[in-house]
Amino acid sequence: MKRSTLDIWVGVFVAAGFAGLLFLALRVGNLTFSTSQTYQLEAKFANIGGLKKRAAIKSAGVVVGRVSDIGFDNESYEAIVTLNIDAQFKFPRDTSAKILTSGLLGEQYIGLEAGGDDKMLKAGDRMRLTQSAVVLENLISQFLFSKAAEGKDEGKDAKAGKNGK
Amino acid sequence: MAELFEKLGGAVTRRIWQLGYAARFFAHVLMHSGTALGRFSLTIREMYFAGVMSLVIILVSGLFVGMVLGLQGYDTLQRYGSSEALGILVALSLVRELGPVVSGLLFASRAGSAITAEIGLMKATEQLAAMEMMAVDPIARVVAPRFWAGVLSMPLLAALFSAMGIFGGYLVGVQLIGVDEGAFWSQMQASVDWRQDILNGVIKSFVFGVAVTWIAVFEGYDATPTAEGVSGATTRTVVTSSLAILALDFVLTALMFTGGTAR
Amino acid sequence: MPRAPIVSIGNVGFGYDRARPVLHGIDLEIPEGSVVGIMGQSGCGKTTLLRLIAGWLKAGSGSMRVLGSDLGSLDGAGIFALRRKMGMLFQFGALFTDMTVFDNVAFQMREHTDLPEELIDGLVRMKLEAVGLRGAAELMPSALSGGMARRVALARAIALDPQLMLYDEPFTGLDPISLGVIARLIRTLNDSLGQTSIVVSHDVEECFAIVDYVYFMAAGRIVAHGTPAQMRGSQEAFVSQFVHGETDGPIPFHYPAPAYAEDLEAPAHG
Repeated sequence: MKRSTLDIWVGVFVAAGFAGLLFLALRVGNLTFSTSQTYQLEAKFANIGGLKKRAAIKSAGVVVGRVSDIGFDNESYEAIVTLNIDAQFKFPRDTSAKILTSGLLGEQYIGLEAGGDDKMLKAGDRMRLTQSAVVLENLISQFLFSKAAEGKDEGKDAKAGKNGK
Repeated sequence: MAELFEKLGGAVTRRIWQLGYAARFFAHVLMHSGTALGRFSLTIREMYFAGVMSLVIILVSGLFVGMVLGLQGYDTLQRYGSSEALGILVALSLVRELGPVVSGLLFASRAGSAITAEIGLMKATEQLAAMEMMAVDPIARVVAPRFWAGVLSMPLLAALFSAMGIFGGYLVGVQLIGVDEGAFWSQMQASVDWRQDILNGVIKSFVFGVAVTWIAVFEGYDATPTAEGVSGATTRTVVTSSLAILALDFVLTALMFTGGTAR
Repeated sequence: MPRAPIVSIGNVGFGYDRARPVLHGIDLEIPEGSVVGIMGQSGCGKTTLLRLIAGWLKAGSGSMRVLGSDLGSLDGAGIFALRRKMGMLFQFGALFTDMTVFDNVAFQMREHTDLPEELIDGLVRMKLEAVGLRGAAELMPSALSGGMARRVALARAIALDPQLMLYDEPFTGLDPISLGVIARLIRTLNDSLGQTSIVVSHDVEECFAIVDYVYFMAAGRIVAHGTPAQMRGSQEAFVSQFVHGETDGPIPFHYPAPAYAEDLEAPAHG
């Protein structure tokens, strides 16, 4: 095999291999060449549920940033979430951050609902309005508790009704 | 009874000695890689024989594996009404596991056994000895280029396998069965993380490449210089490489994929 | 003033493992410019001795001086440097099967020198001409006959004009014509290139025709040495049996076995 033919084939092979890798990274995966700037905001939550780092931050369903860090405040016993927001998006100071679930059993993400304030959130600001994740067990026990309370009230009303008559 | 233990102990100590010997050989190859990397044409030549010649089997196998994933995946997913997740299923299965592992196994049986046979035969016909007599280090000239060729070729082959597989899954899922094309690609893109999944897959294939090629050159260099010796070495290469790939796959998967979710 | 011998071996012993020594008390001197034969039965240790001289193996005891260096004190790099001045012809040639004849002969020149390709081209053709195979330059080793392959290997071994040539069983398995050719080449190359050669063989006639001196080995020891003429007339039992090819003598015909009569009457095997 001539040296030059060999070199050509190996070159083709290596190029094809890199093309395959690129295809995987860009088309199959979510690698983006976003050299966009980001700024950070903080938000405290009573319960973050299953929120993970690099989870999406969406507003109106569009991804505007990613969760960069999750910490714990030992004084207020709340979770501190650091949000990396794309620099081109500005949000008013009374924007609320909620932890939502995509789909029924899907991954959790942070949803931002813009408020009406004139002033915008700057880098390093803390968001004041937050809503924790819905934890299934709490939901169920709440439901059962309210059902039980309903039943008791009905019983009381019935009794009061009878007595009041 | 004592004989049994003696044999067992002997077998174990022999294996450990062999492992130590193989490790020293590995260090030796790495230290004498100067020629392989300096005169890169030697390595390129070996990349042709190890990598380019394996392209056909890798691409064809990748295509078929992807197509089967498409069929089987659709069959299972549509029972739960989640047939739109087919893209995710095919992509993650290939990129995380099947790509590195299956291409590693194919590489071991095609290129690995060829390398072992070649080096073993050179040893049996005294070509390696002749080289040493001419003051040329056979490890630097013959072994190291083949080692680096294997290490560099494996990640590329694994990437091509995964890419072909995804294409195969697309062919079956979208074109043949009729899963929505948009959903196929967009759900895939949303769920396949480039760092967590693809990069880890590349790391795996790199580790497999090192393991397979190391075993292949070692068995060849260490083979008994007879016909039976070389044939035994070739078989051992394929068997040991395959086991090594599967064992390493478990270790790497445990490190990469469960460690991340334990928050 | 006589020049120092190219190879000087004093009381050397060697064994692949401690328990079973292969060589005992070997004393040997190879004067410069001579062709010396080392002969003996298969397994007597002559190939092992050759390997010791080439630096393949390290002697267990005794002293070995080759080309002015003490082998025992050389490290790996030192032995490699020494090998640049040596050439070895392996029993079956050991040509590199993935290269042409030309590339095989050019191998050492390309690896060890920075000579330009045109110069190497001329040198290779010269070496091939010396062994009579200049026309076979573009053939692959698989296309060569045994004798031709060995001649190419010879051209390859002398590519950088080594001072010491080692021949491991160069006559084995060749037809009478090729035998004559190789023997003649060994002698003429030695003389014309000013080399010193060691020929390990058990072919008495061809060897005696070209060597100046011969050492006989048996069971890891040197049992006799002298010029071919002296050896032919030797009364020593082993030498006589070897030189004249007698079936029985110090080396018995029969492999050790129980008495014949008893063996015949014993129950059948299997």
